[in-house]
Amino acid sequence: MEETKKKEGTSTHKIGIYLWIWGLLFVLSFFSYMVDWYAFQGLLRWSLILIFMFLKAGLIMAFFMHLFWERYALVNVLLWPMTAIACFVVLMVAEGQYTVFTRLLYFFTGG
Amino acid sequence: MSDLKIEGYEFKPGFKGMAKDTGSDQTMFKGVQWGKVMMWIFLLSDTFVFSCFLISYMKGRASTVVDWPNTSEVFSLHVGSVPVPLLLIAIMTFVLITSSGTMALAVKYGYEKNRKMCGWLILATAIGGLTFVGMQAFEWSKLIHEGVRPWDNPFGAKQFGSYFFMITGFHGTHVSIGVIFLFIYAYKTFAGHFDKEKRGWFTTMKGGYVEIEILGLYWHFVDLVWVFIFAFFYLW
Repeated sequence: MEETKKKEGTSTHKIGIYLWIWGLLFVLSFFSYMVDWYAFQGLLRWSLILIFMFLKAGLIMAFFMHLFWERYALVNVLLWPMTAIACFVVLMVAEGQYTVFTRLLYFFTGG
Repeated sequence: MSDLKIEGYEFKPGFKGMAKDTGSDQTMFKGVQWGKVMMWIFLLSDTFVFSCFLISYMKGRASTVVDWPNTSEVFSLHVGSVPVPLLLIAIMTFVLITSSGTMALAVKYGYEKNRKMCGWLILATAIGGLTFVGMQAFEWSKLIHEGVRPWDNPFGAKQFGSYFFMITGFHGTHVSIGVIFLFIYAYKTFAGHFDKEKRGWFTTMKGGYVEIEILGLYWHFVDLVWVFIFAFFYLW
């Protein structure tokens, strides 16, 4: 039963893969904690945080949530909307910069 | 993990499969249990909700002219007399990842129809989730004692409190709901509801171990959101 299922790409995966991903998630979490522990600052801190974050998120989605083995239609339905979120982030970064600029201008220099 | 028995669907990987899915008559995602598709759609909408919170936090933090509280100090825990930065948060992260791992294994054993193993792993996941919520309650009460309020706090920019309570509170609510369902499903698994194909709530369709996978998707999502909260709220 399991064997036939496996051939058709629907079934269960070896336990090893889950344990590997599990281990990797632990290691990556430990690394991201170390970023704070060693108090890295500036660009190095931000890029390390983002790298570890995306790696962890990717591993969870791909293997724990099975997206790596999932049908492409579903993967696309799930991932494309993320571009809307990215656009929103870009817009709000610009907006945030503008707000802080006007605040500095009016609060401290009086306009 | 689609069920081949549903509508005689034949799985094809890659773009070919996608074309077959989107071009099919009547239904999309032929062969996928409806509950699973609905869970994915729900998670997608939930992603947008969490994104809105995190983006609003980003915008709030970027536009304040007052210094943001140093999260490493705010969330530090004293071990003896030494303050360890973010200790509790790190432990919470590890606990949640552990529970995500046990959930992934529960799904695997569920598909292998290993009832006992699946049940114990779901129970372990539930206990991990409960531990997480407990630690979060401890963290909240500690911060409230220190004077953090949604409108004020002694550490820096006033917006900090509102974002903290809103974001971690919404995530904590998800974890709590997840824990409740994990306990229910642990019971259902041990009672053999999935082996007997007992129908679930509000449906006439037969139950099965796919329900464990659906529950797993929700639980992994909760862990996924925590990855982002940990990075942006606590570490940044």
